[in-house]
Amino acid sequence: MDIVIGLEVHIQLQTNTKLFCGCSTNYRDSKPNKHTCPICLGLPGSLPKLNQKALEYGIKAGLALDCNIADSMQFHRKNYFYPDLPKGFQISQYDSPLATEGTVELSNGKKIEIRRIHLEEDPGRLEHPAGKKQSYVDYNRSGVPLLEIVTEPDMSSPQEARDFLRKIREIMEYLKIFDGGLEGSLRCDANISIEGGGRAEVKNISSYKGAEKALNYEITRQKNLMRRGKEVKRETRHFNEEQGITKPSREKEEEHDYRYFPEPDLPRVTISKEKIKEIEESLPELPDEKRDRFQKEYGLSQDQAESLTTSLFLADFYEEIACQIDPELTATWVADTLKGELSYRGINLKESNIEKEDLLFILRYLKEDEITEKGAIKVMRSTLDENKKPEKIIEEENLRSISLDEISEIAKRVIKENPEAIEDYRQGKEKAVNYLVGQVMKETNGRADPGETNKLIQKQLEEID
Amino acid sequence: MGFISDKEITEEDVKHIANLAKIDLDEVEIKKFKKQFNDILDYFNKIDEAETEGVEPTYHGLNLKNVTREDEVKDELSQKEALENANESEDGFFKSPRVKE
Repeated sequence: MDIVIGLEVHIQLQTNTKLFCGCSTNYRDSKPNKHTCPICLGLPGSLPKLNQKALEYGIKAGLALDCNIADSMQFHRKNYFYPDLPKGFQISQYDSPLATEGTVELSNGKKIEIRRIHLEEDPGRLEHPAGKKQSYVDYNRSGVPLLEIVTEPDMSSPQEARDFLRKIREIMEYLKIFDGGLEGSLRCDANISIEGGGRAEVKNISSYKGAEKALNYEITRQKNLMRRGKEVKRETRHFNEEQGITKPSREKEEEHDYRYFPEPDLPRVTISKEKIKEIEESLPELPDEKRDRFQKEYGLSQDQAESLTTSLFLADFYEEIACQIDPELTATWVADTLKGELSYRGINLKESNIEKEDLLFILRYLKEDEITEKGAIKVMRSTLDENKKPEKIIEEENLRSISLDEISEIAKRVIKENPEAIEDYRQGKEKAVNYLVGQVMKETNGRADPGETNKLIQKQLEEID
Repeated sequence: MGFISDKEITEEDVKHIANLAKIDLDEVEIKKFKKQFNDILDYFNKIDEAETEGVEPTYHGLNLKNVTREDEVKDELSQKEALENANESEDGFFKSPRVKE
């Protein structure tokens, strides 16, 4: 059975001010209704005025997704009554959007068509405190610029939908117009149908993991209905992230009920070819380009290059170290070791204590055999957990590698203290060597190089013979 | 041909529109609005008679375009000012009819 999925993705643009007024978009750290004005409260007589930056960001996004940018666009009023909309309508775009016909390539090489991209305003935020008879409204978010990206129904699995959202997040973050780390900065609606059934529109998805979960749930639900010979109705459903399920929503409005009409308070916006060209030339290197370049320039595997370009912050972190020291060694330590340690701690690189200089220091010491690989991991962990500088950790925890002479001395002593191991070795038990190496490692707190120690012990044991 | 059809607005249509606008209408008002809506559509049908072949659609009454502003924070109201006209408020929030069961 064919599964057909299309997405409507809303991302908040990282402008200082709202889409149509000079109020701050910083609603997350604020008390309610601290960033409002007559425009975003929808007071009579107020006049919206388009934020230049939001328009520019929208064009950037459109170009990065390979869209055609409209030479002229129009805002429309989308009318519906809900307390999160103070005006009784949302200013959005309808038949004259900012950009159309783009593409995003998924990790599996499949191309997803973008139908359109438009600008619109975020509604306010509602709270429904338990035990209260009313809802509580905060208009700080009202009017924050949103970019809506609508795909063609080109995805055929929840994994593809998730991958699409991840790609969008990456690209928008590379453009520096979006911060996916902020709660609620990416929201999406998903249309999903299975061959022969009606389409469900799932609302209230707020992460790419959530999208995968919601879509998997829908597939099971729709398949179960079909198996029992029941009709899959065309309907709007609401995703509950905590429970991981979707429920029918009471929303019954259809498109013509929104009574879209051109926003009379906002004149048309024309976008000149020069403007588009200027923005196009200012576009930064995008994730796919960077990934290809990392492979070519630093000799990385595709997996490593992919892993290192998932965020701009990570990619810059890698590259600034790589160009000062062995790029392949750096790739292994960033893509495998460091990312592993971070994910174990459930944090990302930006949130962690480790700085570029720290890792560069560790890798320099490692390369010069001043610390062992094991020691390097220890230093990395302590840097992450205790927020200390590697130099200090190496000193405090006595992690500096020891010289071959010192290892030799310790090995001699260890052999002397373990006559039974010598006996075992004589009888051909190779395990005895491993045991002795282990003892040396223990004595040296892991600072001895295991390979070298092994060679030394074998040599010394043979000399006893 | 214009986009206004010959369809006549019924009482059901009026009720539907009133529901979208969250307005309660009594029977007298429904009849009144039904007539007014149909009158308005008649005006539009009249407008539709105008020859518009080759005329660009007008989206705006004034010959303005590209009215934009810089992305600078200014002219915010205080919380107190924002809530001044609210019928009901609490803890800095506007209060609205409950919209969630």
